[in-house]
Amino acid sequence: MSKHHVTTTINGEPTEYLCEGQQTMLDVLRDELGLTGSKEGCSSGDCGACTIIVDGDIVCSCLMLGVEAEGRKITTIEGVAEGDKLHPVQQKFLEHAALQCGFCTPGFIVAAKALLDQNPNPTEEEARYWLAGNLCRCTGYDKILRAVMDAAEVMRAEARR
Amino acid sequence: MPRVNYEAPTSVDDAVKILAGASGLAKVMSGGTDLLVQLRSGRVKPDLIVDTKRIPGLIGIREEGDFFVVGAATPGVMLSGNEKLDHAWPGIVEGADLIGSTQIQGRASLAGNLCNASPAADSVPAVIAARAAVVVAGPNGTREVPAESIPTGPGRTSLAKGEFIVAFKIPKPKPHQCDAYLRFIPRTEMDIAVVGCGTNVTLDASGTCIDARVVLGAVAPTIVVVEDAAKALIGHKLDDATLAALDAAAQKACKPISDKRGTIEYRTKVAGVLARRTAAIAFERAAAR
Ligand SMILES: Cc1cc2nc3c(=O)[nH]c(=O)nc-3n(C[C@H](O)[C@H](O)[C@H](O)COP(=O)(O)OP(=O)(O)OC[C@H]3O[C@@H](n4cnc5c(N)ncnc54)[C@H](O)[C@@H]3O)c2cc1C
Ligand code: FES
Ligand code: FES
Repeated sequence: MSKHHVTTTINGEPTEYLCEGQQTMLDVLRDELGLTGSKEGCSSGDCGACTIIVDGDIVCSCLMLGVEAEGRKITTIEGVAEGDKLHPVQQKFLEHAALQCGFCTPGFIVAAKALLDQNPNPTEEEARYWLAGNLCRCTGYDKILRAVMDAAEVMRAEARR
Repeated sequence: MPRVNYEAPTSVDDAVKILAGASGLAKVMSGGTDLLVQLRSGRVKPDLIVDTKRIPGLIGIREEGDFFVVGAATPGVMLSGNEKLDHAWPGIVEGADLIGSTQIQGRASLAGNLCNASPAADSVPAVIAARAAVVVAGPNGTREVPAESIPTGPGRTSLAKGEFIVAFKIPKPKPHQCDAYLRFIPRTEMDIAVVGCGTNVTLDASGTCIDARVVLGAVAPTIVVVEDAAKALIGHKLDDATLAALDAAAQKACKPISDKRGTIEYRTKVAGVLARRTAAIAFERAAAR
């Protein structure tokens, strides 16, 4: 059985790799491309630690095959900061201490970034529903929500400038 | 994990040929949110996965005369983002929108929900209540069948080897026709329905019901079209007597199991409650248009 040759764009970079049919996108990111920021919490779509953005929508990379990335545009946690400049969501996670062990954090940040790209002014309820597919066993979610809402405010202020 | 072949055909004909010609177990994939979980756990052991998403028309929503044609692999996020569909059939969109998280919505499709054939599938009751048909492609060409004829039992469908669903054909609402879907889960997000109910009603100008379909999920091995519940509504306005008759008919149609999500008695009772509540919403929506 031959491997599939995939040409795609990851975090703005044209990327090529070989993978087998059953390999998930998460396997490819972590094991083939060395992008280990996306985490494997459950491999069943429940925890959101593997969240990536594919053509503008968030998906669980554990429930997508690596071969499906052909021709798509993918953003992972590694592509959220701009060089050394943290994304406002990342900055606010630090300021609000919105993480403890940090395992869920990449997934939350990618999902929150996608939310704020689509909806710069979410209500807290909207943010909670949007993030319902991201589980955290440490923080109790409150600081995460505060960080996301605060980041939204910062981004709105930046957009006005 | 064992090795699996993958094909992403770019036409319906190619997909049928690949599926019909496969030597081992070939599985169709739309969003993969059921299939890849089952692959991972070893519950299904396909030799080949046939991804339909590169076939033109499999993703997207278009209007053809009196129908919405929804590509089989269209993800939930596109259903809830389609204002016309959402306006026409808020119940269908509510049901589809309840499937999983935002991440799951980026992938999960109507075809996958129907063909995974879980009796608790959230998008299916309202789709059936709207008398949607599915377009099935196969080695003998295409055929159109009612959506309810696809699931035959938990995890089983009536599709033959080489066949797959290309699209859903959902009739547009008639005057004073609308729908609603509700499910009961013990929390507010991310759970499987204890009971689900989709109700679709058509009223006359005076508010009397002239057509109805009531469809229950998670109360039997397959989704149930409750004929007696529809009969309880047709010819009536939504008064207390009608609601009581509807509740009784819905309860009578239940053949549920007891599991960690609910006992037989509980599911039966909740089915009656959800039938009443969805009818109330559907009547109100239908009267307002
Ligand atoms: C975390 C999580 C939460 C979930 N929550 C819910 C929920 O709340 N409610 C709910 O109902 N479901 C839920 N699901 C289940 C699943 O997301 C849905 O059933 C979804 O609609 C499946 O669609 P899919 O496109 O991903 O299907 P796939 O996984 O691609 O396919 C599912 C099945 O259908 C077959 N199939 C797919 N497309 C076709 C086709 N075109 N023709 C013929 N056969 C086909 C496949 O071979 C497979 O057997 C959840 C799943 C996860 C992982
Ligand atoms: S690892 Fe993908 S959702 Fe948990
Ligand atoms: S910080 Fe540990 S799981 Fe969220």
